[in-house]
Amino acid sequence: MPFTNRLKNFNLKIFSVAIFMMLSIAASQNVTAGEEKAKSEKFNAGEMIIEHISDAYEWHIATIGETHIAIPLPVILIYDGKLITFSSSHFHHGKESYNDFKIAETGKNKGKVVHIAKAADGKEIEDAKTPLDFSITKNVMSLFIGVFLMLFIFLSISASYRKRGVAAPKGMQSLLEPLIIFVRDDIAKASIGEKKYHKYLPFLLTIFFFIFLNNLLGLIPFFPGGVNLTGNIAITMTLAIFTFLITTFSGNKAYWMHIVNAPGVPWWLKIPVPLMPIVELTGVITKPFVLMVRLFANITAGHIIALGFISLIFIFGEMKPALGYGVSVVSVIFYVFMGLLELLVAFIQAYVFTLLSALYFGMAIEEHHKEH
Amino acid sequence: MGIVTPGIGLIFWMTLSFGILVFILAKFAWIPILATLHEREKTIEEALHQADRARDEMKALKSDNEELLRQAKEERSAILKDARDIRENMIEEAKNKANQEYNRILESAKESINYEKMAAITELKNQIATLSIDIAEKILKEELSNKESQKKHIDKMMDNISFN
Repeated sequence: MPFTNRLKNFNLKIFSVAIFMMLSIAASQNVTAGEEKAKSEKFNAGEMIIEHISDAYEWHIATIGETHIAIPLPVILIYDGKLITFSSSHFHHGKESYNDFKIAETGKNKGKVVHIAKAADGKEIEDAKTPLDFSITKNVMSLFIGVFLMLFIFLSISASYRKRGVAAPKGMQSLLEPLIIFVRDDIAKASIGEKKYHKYLPFLLTIFFFIFLNNLLGLIPFFPGGVNLTGNIAITMTLAIFTFLITTFSGNKAYWMHIVNAPGVPWWLKIPVPLMPIVELTGVITKPFVLMVRLFANITAGHIIALGFISLIFIFGEMKPALGYGVSVVSVIFYVFMGLLELLVAFIQAYVFTLLSALYFGMAIEEHHKEH
Repeated sequence: MGIVTPGIGLIFWMTLSFGILVFILAKFAWIPILATLHEREKTIEEALHQADRARDEMKALKSDNEELLRQAKEERSAILKDARDIRENMIEEAKNKANQEYNRILESAKESINYEKMAAITELKNQIATLSIDIAEKILKEELSNKESQKKHIDKMMDNISFN
């Protein structure tokens, strides 16, 4: 049967992609470990993982021996009301300062650009005033790549829709059409209602594909991907704020009435102490907050677990090289399993974020609240 | 912890680029794509409706055809029945005519036979009369030529006559 054959083929493809993925992450981990060793002569898994999932001023690709291969990114700072821009290559991978700016190595601003002042004894100390940092960091660069990829994909399929009209979809179009229809019918139409879903659909489609695509990019272990973008709290916060603002501005009378004067609740819960309104208002804030935390935590956890499995190889390898080789088999198997799970999570998180946003929009514009 | 502290720079760039992304995609991708999808769905739905209608029409046409066929069959049987009637009538008529003709011919034959018979009888009568006269004449001639017998005969008759 052709269908089983195709499935087999597909499985084979996924398998080979997974193998490739894990081989490359193993390779990249290897060089990172080398770098760590060069610094402190001891592999620190926690530090390595945190470094991997947080932002950076350069896009580190690999370290071969003592040479770092990294793409320097622009640093843009506002300090004392002045705009200061320079290339992050001036920091020499965080080892040197430039124009009195330095990447802090310790303290609460660790990993961020801080202003340094010369103390009386000639020692460089961190300035209490931190610059406003608008640098194009690794995450920002990854964001731009994601945005350009999305623009490219969707503008090109839009062009093919315009060209092919109502004819059956082809190529990229037929790959994405089921997802577009899924978002439209099962998310937007189901949660917002037949009448008003049109207004919210462009936003919902954009967040769905933005989260999904960036989740997937995050799973690719080498250069254009591998960045923990959707697992960055600033990104998920911005997405949640968009949802919050749209919900708030499209809230109708019934929505606000439900917050101020929830129906079906005894009066003494509202007067004299407005307990219910406070609870409802908290809910308004918690909803986007939960959206923010859920996406952040899921994606970051996925990255941490994957990196953890790889770290095991080096932890054991440091004890005894043979042990490292032995553990690598187990680690790789677990990594492949996690990678497959993360593929699922990438979709599920995009779906959940979009679905909950749609539900909130639906609540905000619902005409009559039922007694509950 | 650095991980849970959102950086102002990333928020700024994210808001900017995501805003632009939503705007551009909405204007140049989602709206045309969704419009096309909607149009395609409408086209498919319409096509299905049309197929339904065509099927109904076909059904109606079929029943029309059946009705027509039935009518044609009825007509055919009516025509056949008529033809049979006509044929029977014709045969009947022909029979009647033949009978009449036969009777007429028989009658006339009888008449002519009668007439011929009468003529033959008349002729026979005439011939018999002629023959009788001839015979009588011959007999008379014979009888009268023999005087003696005549005399004797007369005598005998005389004898029978009594004179009283």
